[in-house]
Amino acid sequence: MKKSAACLIVLCAVLVFLYMPIIVLIVNSFNASKFGGEWAGFTFKWYEALFSPRNREIWLSFKRSLYVAGVATLFSCILGTTAAMALNRWKGRLQTAHYALVYMPLVMPEILMGISLLMMFTALDVRCGMTTVMIAHITFCVSYVAMTVLARLQDFDDRITEAAYDLGAGPVYTFFHVSLPILMPGIVAGGLLAFTLSIDDFVITFFVTGTGADTLPLKIYSMIKHSRQMPVINSLSTLMLAFTCLLVGVSRLVASRRPGKRLRSAA
Amino acid sequence: MTAPSFVWLALFFAIPTVIVLSMAFRAAAPDGGVAPGFTLQTWRGMANPNYPAIVWRTLWISAATTFLCVVLSLPCAYAIARMKAKWRAAVAGMIMLPFWTSFIVRVFAWRTLLNPEGFLQAVLMSLGLADKSTSLNYNSAAILVVSVYSFLPFAIMPIYAAAEKFDFSLIEAARDLGAKSFFAFRRIFLPGVRRGVVSAVLMVFIPAIGSYVIPDLVGGTDSELIGNKIYQRTFPDRNLPHASALASLMAIAVLVPLAGAAWVTKRQEEREAKRLAEATSRRMAGGAS
Repeated sequence: MKKSAACLIVLCAVLVFLYMPIIVLIVNSFNASKFGGEWAGFTFKWYEALFSPRNREIWLSFKRSLYVAGVATLFSCILGTTAAMALNRWKGRLQTAHYALVYMPLVMPEILMGISLLMMFTALDVRCGMTTVMIAHITFCVSYVAMTVLARLQDFDDRITEAAYDLGAGPVYTFFHVSLPILMPGIVAGGLLAFTLSIDDFVITFFVTGTGADTLPLKIYSMIKHSRQMPVINSLSTLMLAFTCLLVGVSRLVASRRPGKRLRSAA
Repeated sequence: MTAPSFVWLALFFAIPTVIVLSMAFRAAAPDGGVAPGFTLQTWRGMANPNYPAIVWRTLWISAATTFLCVVLSLPCAYAIARMKAKWRAAVAGMIMLPFWTSFIVRVFAWRTLLNPEGFLQAVLMSLGLADKSTSLNYNSAAILVVSVYSFLPFAIMPIYAAAEKFDFSLIEAARDLGAKSFFAFRRIFLPGVRRGVVSAVLMVFIPAIGSYVIPDLVGGTDSELIGNKIYQRTFPDRNLPHASALASLMAIAVLVPLAGAAWVTKRQEEREAKRLAEATSRRMAGGAS
């Protein structure tokens, strides 16, 4: 049992390590002191500053982030699902190459994708802006969706679609009314992953962005870089954290409920 | 079905990658463009003493980050896997939660934490471990700490997934046979979760090699990594061939461990298959006698 105790101590230390910066950040968002070295009293002024018209640009970049993530999620779900279905159905040299194309973006550092896309856009004389940002986001999201859906497809029973064909359903009808509903949980999981990755991406966006296309992470970065309104970043981050926790909590609740519901409807 | 994703990824992943690789064999023109014709001049330029130092620093910081992440993850994974099922999900969730928050915000939180006027400096000064002149920020050590912080969940998760399938009665058996706790941990648990360790190494080493934000925000001018240099050559300097050569070096640094891991996994599978075949033939021989 001695070993377990030692492991437990390391685990506790790691949890403290993981949460310390976040907790300090939350505390500092209510700290009147500008640098957070010492406590100078409770205040809401950083939150007020966040919502003041002076910081409209933050909210604009947030809206831009949501827009880009929405578009990237939609397109990467379509491309990723078709990719997974093709990879699952056929074998051969074409699919081996296809798999390599889907797999490689997952293991390449982001900065390499950023610089390669930038160089292509430069070579083609394309002006960087919202379009290039969206193209980049779709590109790195496709692989994640494809892999998530592929994992789901591996448990897929092909006899179900065969049964649909035998009962006279056409391929289009079978796809939309049989395959798609079964794959939906995989696509939704892949889409959620794509959305979170897109909304959080900094490096790739940083390389392919142009005027008027800064997303929220880029806006935060430039605020950090220019040391402007650091405490406002604290309050913004705290709100983002609260929002993420809420989202994770709700999705956990939904996920833990689902099996019970399915059992009930089956019975 | 193949066409949409194949064409998209060929157009926006494969072709750009080839462009970068070929750009490394061009020379920069003084006006910020690219000179015509192919040359090895850029690669010869990589010998400039600045570059090997940066590549070396990137490699050792990434290796140290990977090592620390794995060393911290092993006991964590062990502890979580030995918990009751209810606790297990909760603690695993707690470890993953920071990962769901914005990456840039987490690095920013560390930057404030390590700031000369920040919380950690104040704590260390009150303990007498630091004074006004100590600088926690803007050096290689800061990069290392923040890298371990950022990539730790990537290491804990695969090792924990392997530990969950590990048969802990083996540890008890070893201890009954007189093995010390640490010996049992090292000789029984560690080989048992080897596959998880291999994926943990890749999951940490690859993003560490490609790091840009961390060295940019908490590193100093004398602790640049490849990622910073790629950015610097691309934007302020407009020297695309040099940026491409650095990007190619980074790709090699990522592909070598990937190929190594694939080789290790394959060899292990072959060995297991061989052992299984031997055991089967032995049992069959035993059955015949």
